[in-house]
Formats: sequence, structure tokens, C-alpha cells
Amino acid sequence: MSDHIVWIVLFPLLGGVACSLFGNFSKKICYPLAVGSMIASVWSSVHTLFQVIESPLHQVSYIQGGWTLDLFPRGVGIEFRADLLGALITLVVTGVGLIVVLYSKVPVQRQTPGKEPLYYTLFLLQITGLAGITLTGDAFNLYVLIEVAALTGYGLIALGSNRAAAATFNYIILGTIGASLYLLGVGYLYLKTGTLNMVGILEVIEANNLHDSPAMQVAFVLVLLGVLIKMAFFPFHAWLPKAYCHAPTTTSCLLAPLVTKVMIYVMIRMILSVFGVEFSFESTWWAEVMPWLVVVAIICAAVMALAQREIKSMLTYLIVAEVGYMVGGVWIYNYYGLVGSIFHVISDACMTLCLFLGAGIILEKCRTTHFDGLRGLFAKMPLTMIGFFIGGFSIIGLPPTCGFFSKWYLITGGMVSERWEYMVTLMFSTMVMVILFFRLIERIHLAVDESGKNLGKGHGDLGLTDEQTRFDEAPLSMLIPLLIAASIVIIVGVYNQEVVNLIELFLEDHNLPTGVTYK
Amino acid sequence: MTEDGSIFFQLLVERLNYFIYIVLLMIGLWAMIAKNNLIKKLIGMSIFQTAIILFYVSTAVKEDATIPIYLPEHDPHGTELNSESNQSGGMIHAPQVLEASLVSGYTNPLPHVLMLTAIVVGVATLGLALSVCLRIYRAYGTIEEDDLLLELEKEDGRKAGGFRKKRPRRMPSRGGKSKDKVRKGTDEKSKSGQVQTRRRKSGPSKPTSTKSNSNSDTQGGGEETEKPPEKTISP
Repeated sequence: MSDHIVWIVLFPLLGGVACSLFGNFSKKICYPLAVGSMIASVWSSVHTLFQVIESPLHQVSYIQGGWTLDLFPRGVGIEFRADLLGALITLVVTGVGLIVVLYSKVPVQRQTPGKEPLYYTLFLLQITGLAGITLTGDAFNLYVLIEVAALTGYGLIALGSNRAAAATFNYIILGTIGASLYLLGVGYLYLKTGTLNMVGILEVIEANNLHDSPAMQVAFVLVLLGVLIKMAFFPFHAWLPKAYCHAPTTTSCLLAPLVTKVMIYVMIRMILSVFGVEFSFESTWWAEVMPWLVVVAIICAAVMALAQREIKSMLTYLIVAEVGYMVGGVWIYNYYGLVGSIFHVISDACMTLCLFLGAGIILEKCRTTHFDGLRGLFAKMPLTMIGFFIGGFSIIGLPPTCGFFSKWYLITGGMVSERWEYMVTLMFSTMVMVILFFRLIERIHLAVDESGKNLGKGHGDLGLTDEQTRFDEAPLSMLIPLLIAASIVIIVGVYNQEVVNLIELFLEDHNLPTGVTYK
Repeated sequence: MTEDGSIFFQLLVERLNYFIYIVLLMIGLWAMIAKNNLIKKLIGMSIFQTAIILFYVSTAVKEDATIPIYLPEHDPHGTELNSESNQSGGMIHAPQVLEASLVSGYTNPLPHVLMLTAIVVGVATLGLALSVCLRIYRAYGTIEEDDLLLELEKEDGRKAGGFRKKRPRRMPSRGGKSKDKVRKGTDEKSKSGQVQTRRRKSGPSKPTSTKSNSNSDTQGGGEETEKPPEKTISP
């Protein structure tokens, strides 16, 4: 049975179609349908991961339409291929999808009443697109799936308020530019290599020694530029904060952890499996420039996050900063940096999920995520706040959480390849995150509002009535996903060695420099 | 021929298609960035995508090549080949892979096929973007970016200032959908007139007009798109 890899994508696709078909007759059927297809999809991706680990070459491949390799040359037919990296990220995508779909029950009914069938259809198609991106082995198919994920993403955001629709417009324009540039780059790749299969492209590049070809340089620049726009890397980040901030709660819970990370996966995939390490880092000048762009990106995003006065918009700028981390980890061109970068994709998905789920609950219960509305939340919703701050501590990088370990590898990579500017920036950004989250804790415990006015009557008095500080937790269907996400953050942190082993197994045959004296 | 002349020759004769696609690409990009009207931005987006389609398709063209449908002399369904070499059962009706010398008579079909997909994607994007435009127009009464940004700033400022006070926003409320579908045919005119008067008013809507707004939002009907005020459409 090597078909599990296709079912990862097919379950949400069929579920989405079923939701749009049956949703008109009964709105209640959509939620169980969505949960069911997500569980099936997670099951398939777990299965695929184990298949990949067990197989001798550590990859599983499925060529659609029966154009199998024994009858036809490679490049005929679309291939789905999972290696260790792809299988890991797919598991993250479907896992996050499952948690968010469990969480969706209450907020979707409240925020977009009557639109549940539309929401679940778009949701499942979004998962289809994202999981497809991580699995496909065909460069053009990747473009189509990027657009599937993007189009459903626009729809999911625009389901919200009018403000969200206005923010979606920018997203559409920038997202289309990004995807089109990628398409153009793939066009040049096809012109030079004559194939669209990723493995085939790499083979042709190495066989014909295309490293110095100007057309390949153009292709690389276009693909990279497109992907950087789609992942909201700093100068191109303009679409992200407003779109994610004003989107409905569950939409931002789904998109924020996944979309940017999956695009980083695409960048890593392009560098390692399509253009090849040698071409990407040594034939172009990008490896010299990118770390400095990353430095600018992280600092700007961190400073902008400091200026926000709402949890949700603060978190969106944090995403932009985290994108800088991961891009930097790739472009410092070092084994440990890349391990850190891939591990950070996984852990950042978990902790961003945790934070957005927490922020969603706060929005649901307090009707605001502005800093002024947070007083006394630890008394009112202790479990939610614990879950939220586990995510926060992971963003900062406190030891038992997974954020610490991924940042550890990133900093190691920066040290080994002597990119001190990257390392210092990571430290700076960590300090900013400490300020961001401990300021939140302070705002929750102190009776001072944003303008500095004292609201309480002295020590320990929050200026709230008993009514307002009474224990009043979120509904279980929202709380349990948050706690699951928080425990995943800790579990991935504790068992980080297992994950890193898989990543190291994947990176073994890519000839990355490991520095001189480390280990 | 001089050095400049040869570049000129290369650009305008040998590589005219690439030249044109780059020009179109830049026109599209410029329209998306510099134009103030949201619809014009979308037109720019379409030009941008079409330029890429032109690029792909023009790479497939060869001199003296025909459309990629098998010529009869090329043994399209492999009948002769199969009768000679007696291949395995599943392959009998499959078309044969052509030799490189035979392929040179056909244009490359793959870029065309890829671009069919890209056109579909482009249409979907454009449709979605237009519907988002429609929603922006209904909510803020403008599709000029400058005015829209002012409106958004106002709204954001109001939110930041008094976040507790919930502004009576013109959010689509549920319920009138099925009823309205029945009514739609009969008093289309009176309804569109009602909506038009509402739009002239500024500020938060009254409860009576909220209902008509909800109808228009949920339906996405065509009759309203015909009559945008002249002020906002003209550049």
C-alpha cells in the first residue's frame, strides 16, 4: 500500500466537495464531515511518515494516472513524492488543520453565521492546497497548488468583516504577483531543462552543468522572489498583518501557522531538490546578500511588533519576524542553520497555532484583544492563559518548549558559519519577544491602562468587580484544542532529538558544510 | 552591422516575443502599483498574467511546425509497431513515443496545456478579486484607493480610540435570503432605488436600510453593479 500519500490530499478534497454539496441541505453535517476528513488525512500522513522512515531510500513516490516510471520516462505524469522533509511538514499541516477544525465549532457559528458550509469547504480545500504543496514533485503542479491554497485563503479571510475584505484586496494583488513570478521562473526552468519534474530538473542541471547559465540565474531569482513575496519576507510583508489581523478567528488560526511556513518549505525544497545546493549558494550572489536582508527584516518586524497595542496584530508582526529567522537559517548556508530552519518551521507552526488559538479565545470571551481589555484574565481564564503563554514562551525560546531548541540550532548555525550579524539579530529579537510577552503579563496583572492612567485603588487591586474576575473559562471545544497545541509545543520540545534525527537523516546526502570544529 | 544594430536586430526581430512579454509584464506591474482605482489594478493584474501566458506559449512555437496532433504517417496508435513486435496487453492501444526526428514537425504541446491551467487560475483569481471589490464598494462606497485608505484609517482610529464601543457597522445580517429570492423578480426596481438612496447618505445606516443592505450582501446580485455613482468610476 503506497497510496496513503495520495489520500492525504484526497480526503480533504473529497470532504470539501461533500461539504459544498450537502451543506445546502443541512448545515450541521459540515462540521462532522470536516472533522472526519481531517482525521483521515492525519492518519494517512502519519502512515506516510512511517512508510518514508522504513523505506530504504527514505522516500515514497506515487505517479498519478498510471504514468509509472517502468513504462514512461521521468517527467511524464505528475509525481507525488514524500521524503522525510515533505512527510514531516505534511504531518504538521494536517495536524494543525485537525486542531483548528476541532476549534472551529463555536467561533464559526458566532462570527460567520449561516456560512458554515462555505467555511468548511474553503477550509478543507485550503488543507488540500497546503498538503499538496508539501507533497508534489512537479514544479508546475506546485504553482497550481500554491494558487489553490491562495485562492481559498483569500476566500477564508474575506468571509470576515468588511475591513477584512479590504485587507484581502492587497493580499490578492501581492499574492498574484508572487505566484506569477514563480510561474515565470518555472517557465525558464522548463526552457533550460525540458522537464517539470523536480528530480528531473536537478538531474539535468547537474548532467549538463547549467550552473553558469544566465537563464538559470533568472529562473532562480524569479522563483525565489515569488516565494519570498508569498511568505511575507520583510519588504514584501505588507499584505500579511492586516489580512491576518482582521480575518475571522479560525481563519487566522489556520493561515497564520501554515501558509508562511509552507512557503518556507517551498524555498527549502527549491534550493535543495530543484536547483541544488551548489547552484543556489555558490553560483549566485544571494548567499552574500540574504543574511543582511534577514537582519533588516527581523529588526524591522520586531520593532513593528513592539508598536502594536493589540494581541492579534502583535502576533502577525511576530510571524513576519519568525519568517526572517527561518529564511536566515537557510541562507547562512550551513548544516546546522538548515537543521534549525526546518525544525523551526515545525516548532513555529506549533507555537503560532498555540498563540492564535489563545488570542481567539480571548477575542471570543472579552470581545477585544486590545491590551486595555486584558486585566484580570489569569483569574478569569487560567487555563487559556497558561496555554497562550506556553506558546509565548516558546516564541521567546524558554528551554522546555520547542522554540528553544530550534533557536539553538539557528544560533549554532550562525556561529559555525561566522555570520555574527545574524546571531546578534536573533539575540536582539529574542529580547524584543521577552518584552512583548512579559509586557502582556504585566498588563494582565496591573491596573494601568494604555495611557498610563491608574485604574485600581492600590496594591493588587485591578479595578474590576468580582463579576469580571470570576472563573469563566472558554467552551471546551475551544479550550481543548488550545491545550493540545500547548502540550504539543512542550512534547516536541522534550522529544526534539527524535525530530532532529529525522531532519539530519534527510540532510545527509546534501553535502552541506558543517563548519570545522563543531561536534 | 554595428554592435548597436545587432542588439536592435536581436530585440525586435529574433526575440520580439520576449521583448513584448517583458513590456506587457512591466505595464501590468506598473498598473498594479501605481493605479489608484482598484478595478484598474485588477486590469493590470490580468495584463501581468497574460504576459506570462504569452511567454510560455511563444516558447512552444517552432518554424514550419504543425499543431501537436499526430500526422497519419507517424503511426499514431502504434498499430503497425504492435503487430510486429507483439507487445504486452495493456500497451496495445497506447500511442507510441516518437523519435526525436519525427517530433520536430510538431509544436510543443506542453506549454499550451500548462497555460490552460494558468488561464483557469487567472479567471478564478480575477473573479474573486472582483467580488472582493464589490464588497469593498458596498462597505465603503468607493473603489479609489486613496479614499478607501482614508475610510480605513477612520475606522481603525475609531477602533483604537474606543474599543469597547461597538460601532453599528453595516455587517451583513442573516435571514432575508430565501425570502428575497422570491421577491427579487417582482420589485427589482424599487429595491435598487432604495439602495441607491441609501448609498448617498453617509455615516452609519439606519435600521430600515440595514435590511436592504443585508439582502444585497448575501445575494451578490447583478442589478446593483450597473449603477455606481459617476464620481467614483471616472479616473
